[in-house]
This record gives sequence, structure tokens and C-alpha cells, in this order.
Amino acid sequence: MIPVPSLSEFNLQYTLPALSLTVWACILLLVDLWIPKERKETTAWLAAGGVVFAFIANAFTFNTDGEAMLGMFRADQFTAFSNLVILATTFIGILMSVDYLKRTGIERGEYYSLLLFATVGTMWMVAANDLITVFVALELLSIPLYVLAAFRAPDLKSEESGLKYFILGAFASAFFVYGAALVYGATGTTNIPAILQAVSATLFSGEAANAGAAQLLLLLGSGLMLVGLGFKVAAAPFHMWTPDVYEGAPTPVTAIMSVGAKVGGFAAMLRIFGTGFATLAPAATASSTDWQTIMWLIAALTMILGNLIAISQTNIKRMLAYSSIAHGGYIMMAVAATGTVSVGTGLPNSAAQAALFYLLAYMFTNLGAFAVAMAVEKNDGSGTQMEDFVGLGKSRPMLALMMAIFMLSLTGIPGTAGFIGKILIFQSSLEAGLIPLAIIGVLTSIISGFYYLRVVVNMYLRDGEGDKAEGATPYLNWAVYASFAGTMLLGILPFLATDLTQRVSLVASLFP
Amino acid sequence: MMEASGLSLLTVILFLPLVGMTIIAAIPEAQGRNIRYTALGFSLVIFALTLVMWASYNPADPGLQMVQRWDWLPTFGVSYFVGVDGVSLLMIVLTGFIMPVAIFASMASHILEERGREKLYYAFLMLLEWAMLGAFMIQDLIVFYIFFEVTLVPMYFLIGIWGSENRVYAAVKFFLYTLAGSVLMLLAILYVGNQAGTFAIPEIIAAVQSGALVFPFSGLFSTQSFLFLGFFIAMAIKVPLWPLHSWLPDAHVQAPTAGSVILAGVLLKLGGYGMIRILLPMFPEASVAWAPVIGVLAVIGIIYGAWVSYAQTDAKKLVAYSSVSHMGFIVLGIFALNSQGIQGSILQMVNHGISTGGLFLVVGMLYERRHTKALDAYGGIWKALPVFGAISLVLTMSSMGLPGLNGFVGEFTILMGTFGSEYLGFFFALFATLGVILAAVYMLYMFQKVFMGELDKEENKHLHGLSWQEYAALVPVVVGCFIIGIYPALFFAPMDSTVGQIVAQVTQFVTTVAAR
Repeated sequence: MIPVPSLSEFNLQYTLPALSLTVWACILLLVDLWIPKERKETTAWLAAGGVVFAFIANAFTFNTDGEAMLGMFRADQFTAFSNLVILATTFIGILMSVDYLKRTGIERGEYYSLLLFATVGTMWMVAANDLITVFVALELLSIPLYVLAAFRAPDLKSEESGLKYFILGAFASAFFVYGAALVYGATGTTNIPAILQAVSATLFSGEAANAGAAQLLLLLGSGLMLVGLGFKVAAAPFHMWTPDVYEGAPTPVTAIMSVGAKVGGFAAMLRIFGTGFATLAPAATASSTDWQTIMWLIAALTMILGNLIAISQTNIKRMLAYSSIAHGGYIMMAVAATGTVSVGTGLPNSAAQAALFYLLAYMFTNLGAFAVAMAVEKNDGSGTQMEDFVGLGKSRPMLALMMAIFMLSLTGIPGTAGFIGKILIFQSSLEAGLIPLAIIGVLTSIISGFYYLRVVVNMYLRDGEGDKAEGATPYLNWAVYASFAGTMLLGILPFLATDLTQRVSLVASLFP
Repeated sequence: MMEASGLSLLTVILFLPLVGMTIIAAIPEAQGRNIRYTALGFSLVIFALTLVMWASYNPADPGLQMVQRWDWLPTFGVSYFVGVDGVSLLMIVLTGFIMPVAIFASMASHILEERGREKLYYAFLMLLEWAMLGAFMIQDLIVFYIFFEVTLVPMYFLIGIWGSENRVYAAVKFFLYTLAGSVLMLLAILYVGNQAGTFAIPEIIAAVQSGALVFPFSGLFSTQSFLFLGFFIAMAIKVPLWPLHSWLPDAHVQAPTAGSVILAGVLLKLGGYGMIRILLPMFPEASVAWAPVIGVLAVIGIIYGAWVSYAQTDAKKLVAYSSVSHMGFIVLGIFALNSQGIQGSILQMVNHGISTGGLFLVVGMLYERRHTKALDAYGGIWKALPVFGAISLVLTMSSMGLPGLNGFVGEFTILMGTFGSEYLGFFFALFATLGVILAAVYMLYMFQKVFMGELDKEENKHLHGLSWQEYAALVPVVVGCFIIGIYPALFFAPMDSTVGQIVAQVTQFVTTVAAR
């Protein structure tokens, strides 16, 4: 007879932030039915309320370190910090959406429920301690985003965006799940810490029977999982879908997608590769893991491609799409750095910390940039060309100033969050001995200066009428201000966040 | 090193421009007068405070003074760490001096009436002053890098918004060129910090000097040399050293007058300052090894700059290329690696700031009146504006190094240092001297084209006289030329002990290595 675990064994208190928001999202789906069509704003505020509650609950779980849901869920600082980024993304995302949906005529209540489901999916994903949880959460994150991308239907571009994202996303999920199955075949478990044990204790110690075949399965499996997750974070060469999907989706969805999906993808990547395969090395004495080289190549390729192609973009949403690919490459640098054993197992795990800080910094900056782009966008979806920013410095000085700061932060100019993020990432990759990668990183950030500056040039240095930016409604402005405050605060007082990230350790917590 | 309790004077000076910027941002755009005078008031107070700082500086102590240190990113050993020593003292005072001059020049300029956005303009000037002061005061590599880079942002906008016809190209080129140089420095900084466990410059230098921290050195291409180059290229672009100078003529020619004055007056000095502060004591062996190579580039720069200057038909371009030549002297003096050379370079940085800044003012004022920078459009201006002509004569003479004025003292000391240097020597001094002669040629050529000859062009006959703001900008510059020229000891005194220490750090280290 299978023993039935008691409720207390589930340690539900650890999952409170994710669980409460999951329940709230379901309730909201029902509550929304009773909210009259002309007052859908109420749904937005109810959704935001749930996010705020989860945020507060999350703050209380910051110092926990334990497992819940019978080992499927891991509550540690890594989870808590990632949740913080995700919840902030959703909150700012809701602020951006309220007026945008109204003025573009796509205001429907299910939007906010879907948004919450995507958020919840990301939250389960960052806490996933088991490949099955990762997969389920991945689907929970992706499916609402497929729908949201096509939310502007029957607009053709939006439909194209949703369909493309769905088909390619389904492929990626298949890759992931097949990879997970192979890893299960090799190690006999889907639990991430148990995979670590299996890999380090038996597979590479020569004790296991059929070690060669199992190793092959493991390598294949991890490679396939990397493909699946690489798709989610838009790492080259799995980035092809990004520009079309980003361009066609309603802009607030693009903004949330560009941050939320990345947080989930990278968190899972760090958990699986940084923790599960932390000892995946050809020899016990090797200083780096087997997968480091491939991560490093992906990171380099992503940074180079993203930044180079962004130069030739004339549409702000496409430009930001390629820029988000490029930023994924920088975070990938940190992932690659965790592959150096001394960095991966040492306390504290500076590469994962750098990645988390970078995600936070990128979240504020990128959401801000998208918010300003939305302010300039017209009701019919036009007004997303770079040319539309000409003269904005005169017509809307505050908005332009903040956009300029966001662009500088994306470039990595000191004084902004982007700079601190970059030095932490470069620092961790130097620490891991990946000097060529760091050099590629700095060189591509110069290239990025070229296209980010073009926005600034258009806003300030070129004479023109100046768009009225009628989309700059009060709630959207709040989203811009919040992003701006975050960008500057992290740039000037980075210890506010590094104090939190420095407690994060991925691998060390598994070796008591 | 004595740490100040409470706020150090340096911290106060450093953050005053930000206060000024905030106040300016709060004044409505329509009150142009209030904006202008707020900026002016802040810059004057800051200058006065830098003089107070000089007065309370103890020249006998070679170390850092008025130190203040707070944790900023404690996990990574990064701190807000300010201090002043003999190298940075004059740079800080120079920054304090140039800003009011630039603001007076802006007040007299039509460009703001034409382009508007006065508030933004003065806010950027204040931001620029903050960044420049910070770069000279900060003793922590990461924070130094931050200030070093932040200077780009306001300057980019000053050129891009208030510059002349080709401003966008010049602004973007300036930004990307200098950014490209400095990101490699960032990698070098991170590497050094990783090895040292701290980013505080004095601590790293102490570790290097005591042998606790070793950057392996085995020739022109080894770890230490690569780190050296990482820093050097950033500094050389800033200076700018030939062949990395090509952003400078564009930036100078397109920038508004105040922008050119600040660029020539202070920003270029960041490069020279960085070389003395970081390169020499942190990478002594690489500095020695690379000195002859850099010396050759510097000498080429001196002659090339002078040669190209002479060929210019645009007054502002001529002065811009003369900067390349003058900055070559400064680099040459630094890599003479002896006391005279480095002291001469520091003084020459001040001199160049004053006289070339002054020449940009002169060109700017001519442009205000005639709306052209072509040398051919002028002639006989002395007759139309005799006082202006006389002031310009002093600045021209100062720039070409006439004895009794500031330029002579600096160049002479640098040449002495080069001649006596173990690493450079006679031929470097010889060719550099050629540069002095060429300077006389192109400077006199410009002066003669503009001020001498017949007042034969109708438009030149009725130029309006100088306004009080223009006098307020020019007179202090001329007075500065005379003071340094006549009493240079006043300026050499504070830097003596610090420079002595740096030279000792380089040479002592090198001799112990040779002995090993």
C-alpha cells in the first residue's frame, strides 16, 4: 500500500506565494464573469491585489531553505529573489496594460487571469526541484503567453505572433520533455538533487554498470533540455521566433514576455545545469563541467547575433526584441560561468548571483523602455518606428529623459542598473576563467551602444515635430516612473539588491 | 592617511554640482536668468572651495589627504573612497577654474537663444562638473570608472544638441570611440580587482609595491602588459594620443564653445591623470617596457598635430589639432618616468587647459560675431577690437611657449625630463623640440591671418565690442597664464612629494627586479 502523506509533510507554508497566486488566478477567472464589460478595470486591480499579496508573502519566505510538495518544490533565497523579479514584472505589466487595452479596444477580463497564470507558471518554474515540475511549470508559463500573444486577433500580425510562438514553443517543450526522459533513463530519477547525487556518485565514478551508455544518455538528455530552455530564453540559435512574436504581440504582452519568460527559463537552466549537472565533468579532477563549452558558445553567439542584427532594425519593438536576445546572451555568460567547478560549488555562488541581479536590473530597464514605446504607440498599433521618436525630447521632456536613461542602462553606462549588472556578470566570468567570453561581452556592449544611442539621437538631436505621446496615460506613467526609480536606485545603491542576492547559493545548499 | 570624521571637504565639493543640478531642474524653463545665475553661482562657490582645499593641503605629505571612505558594494570590495594628493590637487582646482569660465562663455553665446533648452544645458554642465570632479577625487577603480564614463553622457548631449552643423555625427563618434576604449579598461579593472581582492587604488598599489600582489611580467606581451594596455588604450583615447585622436577634431569643431573649453580644459586631462595615478605605480615593469614605444607615439603626435594644424583653414580645427600636439608633450613627459617629466606634465595639463581653453574662447567669440570659423574671413581684427586682440596675443604666445608665460615652463620642464630620462633620452627631446618650433609657426600663422594685416573686409569693420561676460571669461584665463609663467614654484610645490613617491615606486621596483 502506498503511504498517504499527511498535509504537514507537504510543507505548504513554503509555497505560499506561488500557491496563493495560483488559487487567486483561478478565482479571478470566475469572479471576472460577474464584472460588467465596461468595468473590466476592476479585474486589473483584483489581479494586482493578488500580486501584491504574493509579493508580501514572498518577502516572508526569504530566509527559508527547504523543500515542499514532497521534494518537487524548493524554497530558498534563489526562489524568493526570482519571485521578487517576476512579481514586480507582473505588477508593472498590469499598470502598463490597463489603459493600453482600453484604448486599443482589446480589453477583456481573461487577459488578467492569463497574465496571472503565466506569472504563476514562472513562479513554480523558478522553484522547481524536479524535472517534472519544470516541465509542468514551463507549460503553465507558455500556454497563457501563446494566447496573450494573439490577443489582438483578428489583427493579422498578432495572430501570426501567437501561432508562431505556439508552434515553435510546442516543439521546444517536446525537446525538453524528451531530454528529461533520457536523463531519467540515465539516472533513474527526475529529482534535481538526486540527479546530482547520481551523476557524482555513480555515473562518473566507474561503479555503475553500463556507465558508458548511461553517460551518453545523460549527455543527450541534457543537450535536449538545453535546446528546450534555450528556446524559452531566446538564446541563439534558438532565437528566430523572437522578433516576429515580439513585434506582433500587444506591446504590454511583449514587455512581460521579454522579462518573465527569461526569468523562468534562466532560473530553470541554473537549477538544472548549475545544480543537477554541477559535477558533470569528464574527470573528477576537471576544473569545468562538460556543458560549459557549449553554454559559452551559445552565450557568445547570442550576444554577437543579437547585437549585430539589432543595429539594422527600424522598428522599436523589433529592436528591443533583438536587444532582449542580446541581454539573454549576457545572462548566459553567468550560466556558463557556473560551469567552472570552483565557481559552482564555492560559497557564495557569484555567477548565479550575478545572473539574478542582472535579471532584476534588466527587468526594470526593459519594462521601462517598452512602457515608453507604448506611450508613443498609436491606438491602431502604428507608431512603433524609430522615426516616431524624433523630437520627443521637446514634446515630452520627462518621458524622453527616462527613455534616454533606459537606453543608457541597456548599454551599460555607469550610474544605471545595467552597468552594475554588467560588471557583476563580467566579474563572475573572469572569476570562472572565461576571459575570451568576457572580452566578447564588452565588445558587443559597445556595438549595442550604437543602436541604443540611435533612439537618444532621434529624441534629442534631430529636429522634428515631436510626437505627442498620447499613450502616456497616468497608469502607464506610473509604470515608467517605477521602472525609472528601479533603474536609478540599483545603479546608485546597488547594495540594496546585492545584499539579497549574496545570500543566494545554488549548489552549496545541497552539500550540508 | 587621516580619515575625516563627518563630511570631508572633498565630499562637499563633489556633491555641490549635483545640488546645483537639482535646483536648476526645479526652476521653470522661462526663468532663463535664474537658471544661468544659479549655475554660475554654484560653479563659483565650487571654485572657491577648491581653493580652500588647496590652502589646507599639506604639501609635505605625499599620501592621500582629506580622505573619506564609505562602503558601496561591500561584497566586491568596492567603496566610495575620495582623497586628494599632489597629482589630483591641481586637476581639481583646474576643473573648478574652467567651469565658471565655460559658464560665462555660455552666457555670452547666441547658441542658447537659437536652440533653446537652456535648463537642460546648464543641468548638463553641472552633471559634467560632478563627473569630472569625481574622476579626479575617487580612489577606487570601479567608482573611478563610473565617473570616467559618466563624463561622456553630458558631453555627448552638449555636442549633439548645441553643436554646429555636423553635430550628430560628431557626438555619436565621440561617445562610441571613447566608450570602446574604456570598456577594455573595465575588464582590466575587474581582473585587477579579482586578483587584489579590493578595488581601492592605494591598497592595490601598496600590495604591488610590497610584492604581495604580482602581475606576471615577462616582456611586451605578458599578463601585466595586457592589463597595462587595457588601461593605457582607454587613457590614450581620452588624451588623445596619435593615432587614436581622430574623434577629437570632430568633437571640438562641432561642440559649442563651452563644450570645447571643457573638453580641452579638463576632459582630455583625465587620460593623463589616469596614466600617472594608475598605470605607473600599478604596472611599473610594463610602464618601463612600454615607455619607448609610447614615447615614439607621443613624439609622432607632437609633430603630426603641429603639421596638420598648419594646414587648417578653419580656426577651430587648427586649435583642435594643436591640442593633439600639446597632449603629445604631456604623454612624453609622463613616460620619461622621472620627477621632472611628470611634474612638467602635470603643470602642462593645467597650462594646456588654460591656454587652449582660452583659444577656444577666442575662436568662439569671433564666431559669435561673424558666424564663420574660416581664417580667410578675418584679417585686421586688431584694429577693430584692440583689447580682444591683445588678449588673444597673450593666449597665442602662451600656447606656443613664450618664456614668461605658462606654456614655456611646462614644455621646458618636460623637455628637461625627456632629455634626462633613462628610457627616452636625447632623440626624443630633439624631435619634441621640433614640435615647439612648429607650434610657433602655426600659432603665429593663425594670429597673423586673423588679427594682423589690413582691415579690408566690410563685415569686419563694425564688430561689436566684448560684453562683460566675455571679459569675465577671458580675463581670468589671461591672469592664469601670467601667474603660472611668472611664479611656477607655487604650482610645483604641492605636487613635489607625491610625484617623488610615484617615481620612487616605479624605479625602485624596477631596480629590485633587475637585481633579483
